Amino acid sequence: MDELTKIAYNCKKATYLIEKQEIGKISLREKLELKIHLAGCHVCRVFQQQSTAINRMIKNMFHQPVAENIKLDDKFKNELQHLIDKQLEK
Amino acid sequence: MQSQNSTEPRAWVTRHADYLYKYALTRINDEELARDLVQETFLAALERLQKFEGKSTERTWLTAILKNKIIDIYRKKASAFVKEPAVTFAEYETDDFFELDAHNWKTDHRPAEFGIEQPDHLESKEFEFILQRCMRKLPSLWLSAFTMKHLDDETTDTICGDLRISSSNFWVIIHRAKLSLRECLQKNWL
Repeated sequence: MDELTKIAYNCKKATYLIEKQEIGKISLREKLELKIHLAGCHVCRVFQQQSTAINRMIKNMFHQPVAENIKLDDKFKNELQHLIDKQLEK
Repeated sequence: MQSQNSTEPRAWVTRHADYLYKYALTRINDEELARDLVQETFLAALERLQKFEGKSTERTWLTAILKNKIIDIYRKKASAFVKEPAVTFAEYETDDFFELDAHNWKTDHRPAEFGIEQPDHLESKEFEFILQRCMRKLPSLWLSAFTMKHLDDETTDTICGDLRISSSNFWVIIHRAKLSLRECLQKNWL
């Protein structure tokens, strides 16, 4: 197999590069390889769209403002306060 | 002369406990552990009280201490996962997803569209629930790396350094985790 044919069929490499590109950087050569692969591979194009969507959804989940009502209970806070006071008296 | 930022340990609980707890909980999904970390942070800060120079605010200083403790936990989890010598992309062969020779998708594992492909797709609560369930099956290392990346915008170099893993090892783990996560979503959503 010549280099181009190898790239065209290598979905393992293509998906690896997709992931690397999502959160890091890939080289110019890798970008070209990925482009060539995606041009001919519908399945990996679907993978790429889903991968991007998944990352976005997880990111949104992390940034959800539901955390507003998260608080420590008063009992634990009292214990903490007591602990700090005790340490300061040492 | 008093420095611009001073610290008042007796007011820490009132001023910062909830904030620190929330900070820990969003990074480590474990209430018990998050509480412990807040306590440990205050204790560590008390021991280092002389080192507080007032260059940053009290809250920034306490958060930095907490952050280091969180990274310690990430690292411990990571080290359990990467005991074996570092694998590079070319070396990792155990492959459920791809054929061994040409490395194209195995028929059973081929991605199919399931409705999240378009950027303007509607996100539903049910889907989010499945996503969370699938994420729980992933190696914690992946979640640690992802949290550091998306909550704190760390570079991959910093993440690898903090977790003490090689970058080639890191990318292989990320790749494997995403393949599993995507497959889990497809199976449970379709």
